[in-house]
Amino acid sequence: MKQKNSKMECKNSSYITPEKKSKMLIPYAVLCELTHRCPLSCPYCSNPVQLEMKSNEVSTEIWKKALTEAVKLGILQAHFSGGEPTARKDLEVLINHAAKEGLYTNLITSGVLVNEERLKKLYDSGLDHVQISIQDTDPENSEKIAGFKGHNKKLEVCKLVRKVGLPLTINSVMHRQNLHNLKSMIELAVELDAERLEVAQVQYYGWALKNQTAFLPTRKQLDNATKVVEEARIKYKGILAIDYVVPDYYAKKPKSCMGGWGRQFLNITPAGKVLPCHAAESLTFLDFENIKEKPLSWIWEHSQSFNRFRGTDWMPEPCRSCDRREIDWGGCRCQAFALTGNADAADPACEFSPYRNVLEEPLSKAGTDTPKFIYRKF
Amino acid sequence: MVELIKLKSDDMPKLPRHAKLRYDEARKKWIINAPERVFELDEIAAEIMQMIDGNLSINQIVDKLANKFENAPKEQISKDVIIMLQSLADKGFVIK
Repeated sequence: MKQKNSKMECKNSSYITPEKKSKMLIPYAVLCELTHRCPLSCPYCSNPVQLEMKSNEVSTEIWKKALTEAVKLGILQAHFSGGEPTARKDLEVLINHAAKEGLYTNLITSGVLVNEERLKKLYDSGLDHVQISIQDTDPENSEKIAGFKGHNKKLEVCKLVRKVGLPLTINSVMHRQNLHNLKSMIELAVELDAERLEVAQVQYYGWALKNQTAFLPTRKQLDNATKVVEEARIKYKGILAIDYVVPDYYAKKPKSCMGGWGRQFLNITPAGKVLPCHAAESLTFLDFENIKEKPLSWIWEHSQSFNRFRGTDWMPEPCRSCDRREIDWGGCRCQAFALTGNADAADPACEFSPYRNVLEEPLSKAGTDTPKFIYRKF
Repeated sequence: MVELIKLKSDDMPKLPRHAKLRYDEARKKWIINAPERVFELDEIAAEIMQMIDGNLSINQIVDKLANKFENAPKEQISKDVIIMLQSLADKGFVIK
């Protein structure tokens, strides 16, 4: 038996089998960003700095067509995200369509817009799983980070998710201003009867890069966090699964971003653009195809954007001859471009990257200053 | 709160609602869909997972497998089945 991580976040994945390299890869998951509208304004939001307005959002029918095409392509899981996906009134229709097509459906939400009735409707539509974000266990700090007064509502909705019979993952983006509460976050996840806790790290592009000094943790904080997680994993074995990776600025090896460009995932934006990862629009030199104009399978196999960094042919040294080239796939292209201006460069998070020194300045500032947040806004 | 499960041979295991077994046409494999995870099953694992429906005990599953794979000693089958199911139970993907 082989376990695959179908996450859209970047993490180490060992899914490489030699026989698959020669033929077209089959993607595992699609992230459907239904809207960029969101009542929260988290300063590390993974949405692009240039947000799509409601008037540019893709219609219900186009989404349904894309989901059907996703199944034909071999995709197994559909993640409904945003923005805040529950802001779309047709969410139940889309989940129902995805479930009928055989997709495993996951709702990634802040929780603040739903009540028990809506959750029951989502359950009846065939929803398989819910992921709710919690910004901190300290209510005041939680609401400061989210830029929205909704902490208690989130806790209430977590309980309702379990009440209607849905499995729950808590997603907590941890950083310098809440890492000290990691232990209580783990305890909260257990108390809320979540099956999983994702301790996500801030990824520094887009909004988060603007707020980097406010978020980048210190080495001491991280070492402590790693210890907390290791202890909790033993204590809550079989009760709470904890996903945790050391943030790449402090790692020696880069993250295997998306499990490799165009290998496992597709992301569809509110406007219908199909991306190899949710941050790919930051690569401003690439053109992305749209599900309104081209079939998903064509985009996956033939588009310039998906083939640009697929495999290993695009790699310069030191990646090209590195024995980890098919493990971490050169790291993150968006990070390389954002930090070096060269999208082909080895990810600066790699110890062998000639650009490794660009991390020195932000790391030297970690813990020294707490600038005010620049909140996500349209 | 979820209880940690220790599977015994007379337990009748099953999948929780959030773990879904299905045959994947694209990969020609049985898979289990679970939150943020996909388990690709090999031939034996697929045989076992298709039998865990909450109505068969582990003993009964082992008997069925022993009939099917006559060359394998039953004790070994029993050991392998429990190890596999327990590893999934530890991750919350098998319940009883």
